[in-house]
Amino acid sequence: MKLEDLITKKSEWLKGTGPESNIVISTRVRVARNIKGHLYFNRADEKQREKTFKAIVTGMGKSKFLKNALFLKMKDVSDLDRLFLVERHLMSREHALEVAHKGLAVEENEMMSVMMNEEDHVRLQVVQSGFDIMNAWRIVDEVDTELGKYLKFDFSKKFGYLTSCPTNTGTGLRASVMLHLTALVMTGQIEKVFEAISKLGMTIRGFYGEGTESFGDFFQISNQVALGHSEMDILDNLERVIRKIIDREKKTREEMLKNRKVYVQDRIDRSKSTLESAKVITSNETVKLLSSIRLGSDLGLVKDISMGDVNEIMLHTQPAHLQKIAGERIGPHDRDVKRADFIREKLAKITHKA
Amino acid sequence: MKCDICGTREATVHLTEVINGEVTKLHICEECANEKSDEMQSHFGLHDLLSGLVDFGPGLSGESPLTAIEVKCPFCGMTYYDFQQAGRLGCGKCYEAFEKNLGELLRKIHGSDRHVGKIPFKGKETARAQKDLKRLRGELNDLILAEEFEKAAVLRDRIKDIEEQI
Repeated sequence: MKLEDLITKKSEWLKGTGPESNIVISTRVRVARNIKGHLYFNRADEKQREKTFKAIVTGMGKSKFLKNALFLKMKDVSDLDRLFLVERHLMSREHALEVAHKGLAVEENEMMSVMMNEEDHVRLQVVQSGFDIMNAWRIVDEVDTELGKYLKFDFSKKFGYLTSCPTNTGTGLRASVMLHLTALVMTGQIEKVFEAISKLGMTIRGFYGEGTESFGDFFQISNQVALGHSEMDILDNLERVIRKIIDREKKTREEMLKNRKVYVQDRIDRSKSTLESAKVITSNETVKLLSSIRLGSDLGLVKDISMGDVNEIMLHTQPAHLQKIAGERIGPHDRDVKRADFIREKLAKITHKA
Repeated sequence: MKCDICGTREATVHLTEVINGEVTKLHICEECANEKSDEMQSHFGLHDLLSGLVDFGPGLSGESPLTAIEVKCPFCGMTYYDFQQAGRLGCGKCYEAFEKNLGELLRKIHGSDRHVGKIPFKGKETARAQKDLKRLRGELNDLILAEEFEKAAVLRDRIKDIEEQI
């Protein structure tokens, strides 16, 4: 597999399938691990980083789960391609900034990826479409156990898995669920969700995780606690809380459909018209408008555009994807024009087919 | 120029935002700017606040702040003060070097400083040792029942040794 092949493939979370996929876009579970006797990336010098990188690659090369994976050295990947990988949620923004002695392994169908020499030596993640925490964990657990045979992960009886940041110490586990909570935002209930989440040892963030803005009513909820509870307890808690939020979002959508259908329909139709006619559009506006289409698709108010279509347009209109699809580098202003072209053509194709 | 957000008041604040590598210029009024700054503050992650928590560490542990922050990791050379500044540890050995202060910090973050989750696979040797342990514990029980306390004490120490090795 080559990096170029990814563009024609459907990203795992893009499918728009899986449990509760009308509200949950994707579920991501990751563990952070470090190799015993090696300094953490931020503390290590060039030589040590190189040595660690070699050790990681050698260990991971033995994994049967990563047999057909794409192994990338960040220094060989262009800045555009790095942004492309971030947009696909295969690696973090931080991992794209500094390139020396950093790597990424992407498993064939993009369900699993491993960041090498990020803040921690190994960050293994699995992404599933829809709300599927336990399934994602089962896969992470199995691969982590296998990797533990080939790489000596640093572990203390008292503190558990040792990580560069103490927020990850213990299980090294973080599960994040990306939700589309548009009805809760429209009815002003999202503030309550924010308050409740922070009291429960969990966090809620924007589209790209830590420190990013939430736009288009997309939010990521994840566990904050990693120590003092077993993996199953942490994940079970998160699952229960998110289940409640999903139920509330569903109920609110039903109420809106019952009591304010014409207003909801108005918003959706206006969004659709704008997307179908715009000649210049930013990625922020695109996501905001697609948010309405997504709601419409779920409520049966938009019949010809599926969740999968919405997800695909959302991903493919982001800056790096747009440029990869066009096969050339495009400046920000021309991108807004190109984006509008792409959306109009895509929607014409989809609605014509339907 | 009118405010980009409310569209009614005069824009007096000019902001440049970079989102996804895209530069967006915002011209907004003071009222909307205040709202926007609240929004930005709420995006501070836990990592950003960590250094705030770390500052409490030494004082609470009863030592004078100066000696506590001077503690140095023998493996990577990081001091507790360095960690306070960076918010990241230098290596696995830092956990031993800063055990006291880190324990307090971990309790603040996670509500606990004891791992109860997954334990890494340690290969066939561990599996064999665990099997041995099971057998030896059975034998120890028999010795105690038979009131062979001297032999039991020797066996108890052997079990302890094996437990520590795993």
